[in-house]
Amino acid sequence: MINREVLLEVKNLNVTFGKGKNRYQAISDVSFNIYKGETFGLVGESGSGKTTIGRAIMRINEVTGGEILFKGKPISGKISKDWDREITQKIQMIFQDPMASLNERAKVDYIISEGLVNTKKYKNEADRLEKVRNALLEVGLLPEFASRFPHEFSGGQRQRIGIARALVMEPEFVIADEPISALDVSIRAQVLNLLSNLQKQNDLTYLFIAHDLSIVRFITDRTAVIYKGEIVELADTEKIFSNPIHPYTRALISAVPEPNPYKERAKTIEIYDPKLHDYMKNPPSFVEIEEGHFVLANEEEIALYRKRTTIGV
Amino acid sequence: MVDSNGKSRILSIQNIIIKFKLRGQVLTAIRDISLDLYKGESLAIVGESGSGKSVLVKSIMGLLDKNGFIDQGEILYKDYDLAKFSTEKDWLKIRGKEIAMVTQDPMTSLNPLKTVGKQIEECVVLHQGLKGKSAYDQTLKLLTDVGIHDVEKRYKQYPHEFSGGMRQRIVIAIAIACNPKILICDEPTTALDVTIQAQILQLLKNLQEKYGLTTIYITHDLGVVAKVADRIAVMYAGEIIEVGKTHEVFFDGKHPYTWALLSSLPQLGAKGEELYSIKGTPPNLFKEIKGDAFAPRNPFALNIDFVERPPFFKVTDTHFAKTWLLHSDAPKVEPPLSLQEFFEEGRRYAHD
Repeated sequence: MINREVLLEVKNLNVTFGKGKNRYQAISDVSFNIYKGETFGLVGESGSGKTTIGRAIMRINEVTGGEILFKGKPISGKISKDWDREITQKIQMIFQDPMASLNERAKVDYIISEGLVNTKKYKNEADRLEKVRNALLEVGLLPEFASRFPHEFSGGQRQRIGIARALVMEPEFVIADEPISALDVSIRAQVLNLLSNLQKQNDLTYLFIAHDLSIVRFITDRTAVIYKGEIVELADTEKIFSNPIHPYTRALISAVPEPNPYKERAKTIEIYDPKLHDYMKNPPSFVEIEEGHFVLANEEEIALYRKRTTIGV
Repeated sequence: MVDSNGKSRILSIQNIIIKFKLRGQVLTAIRDISLDLYKGESLAIVGESGSGKSVLVKSIMGLLDKNGFIDQGEILYKDYDLAKFSTEKDWLKIRGKEIAMVTQDPMTSLNPLKTVGKQIEECVVLHQGLKGKSAYDQTLKLLTDVGIHDVEKRYKQYPHEFSGGMRQRIVIAIAIACNPKILICDEPTTALDVTIQAQILQLLKNLQEKYGLTTIYITHDLGVVAKVADRIAVMYAGEIIEVGKTHEVFFDGKHPYTWALLSSLPQLGAKGEELYSIKGTPPNLFKEIKGDAFAPRNPFALNIDFVERPPFFKVTDTHFAKTWLLHSDAPKVEPPLSLQEFFEEGRRYAHD
């Protein structure tokens, strides 16, 4: 773990919206590292701030406090023009809704090469066409599709176009914000497989934002669970599922419906009540409870969680 | 209507065909479906988008789009044939009062300009014939029934003052206020968070028992199905290809499409390996479909699948599947390996 190269570092990130009375703290003091080559999952419910974190890394949302480092160099706040251009290319995003994220009036060719044009990342017209062609082939579409409009495609195909648009920039780090939740069940599997194959071929690192835990379990290596702008638990994905510690994580996992009528009906659903924490006197901190397994808790809770982990309940 | 199994049928769909006129072409959305709904049960209709699951239930409520029409078949409910209904006046006898619906998105199904209390009370007045104080009291009771606290204050609030889950509870209260016999839930939790989803499903289950409802769930989420359904009907390209009790379809599914749906669940996949995915795309419903609609995407397809449409083969008294693989002359085909383990596990649970 220690030897692995850290690609992206988020340090004490704060994001607030609005001013004065309307000030709203969307992200408070979030820190995590993403290692090169891994798939890092960010799970939470709507309004938890998971997308805001993704957007802060993309520099769409302004960072109010803390910093974000890419390959050890800051990418938040004021940065040099060259570095800005470089990370614009190195960090790409795949969006949730393929119906909304493609320009309806532009041909696929334009959609895919827009980033190339903006960063002048091609030698000549022939080179640009070649890059678009390769990107389409890579995501399993035909090169002829370049001359068509987005409405001619199904949801799954449109999502592939969205992926091609990210790939053509030759990124190192891709933020996938709920990339399959708008797709049909049978198409989901296709797109998930495509994402994992591309990761292997192109040596990509993913930040996978999702609310569906069964998909997160399948695709991610490590997972952070986020609740109301704070990460409450972070560990290897299997650890999160086999030994969830924070009561919110436990509630979240218990709520995921399982495709097994017997199990599903026998199961009890845990409900998370934030009032159970006594944080007025004894504020929580983000502590490592076992190797690589972090949880947000105060001293009292840590003692309790530690006991539970060692006896393996 | 009493069935041979001694259960009473509340709704019976027979050989229904539904078509749509679109840009001068005719699309066949429902291709000859027959389905019985039994009193007190909860039936889940499962399928991908475009499989026709929503069209099917819309036809039961008379909510088909203007360009859609029932080409053939009957929908029998009480003494009516709903397929023959043509005027709004006919439908008002059924809608709400007999069959009510909870739709997917609670943001759009409520009136933003009216307090939620008034919206529920409207139905109470119209369908239960109550007035004034008694209608108000009944509304408060309904609000309590759907798990809303502080009802007197909540009565006076507008939809925007509620969260998504709470709004869905209001929509459910409106549906229940009509005292329906059948409740149709069209993707009732798709727009909600998982923790809220679990609560809403539990609520629907409780209400079903309390009010003696018969429910139809439409969903693509097999986890939801596992939680709520007694019976499952799997739809593909406008027809029901398999129907049976929940555990029969889950753990003894017979149609390759049912296998494919189950296999593509991430829960069944092994990390780092390819997840099973269905190749190709669903058929074009503008064209006439020959044989089994799933055949071109089906790795187990037999020659006959491309020529003749399979009839329903009986697996048990309650379980039927439309696949030639069940014919006595068909070669023996085992479901995919990962699925066999899943079936095994399910059967073990059934034993315990």
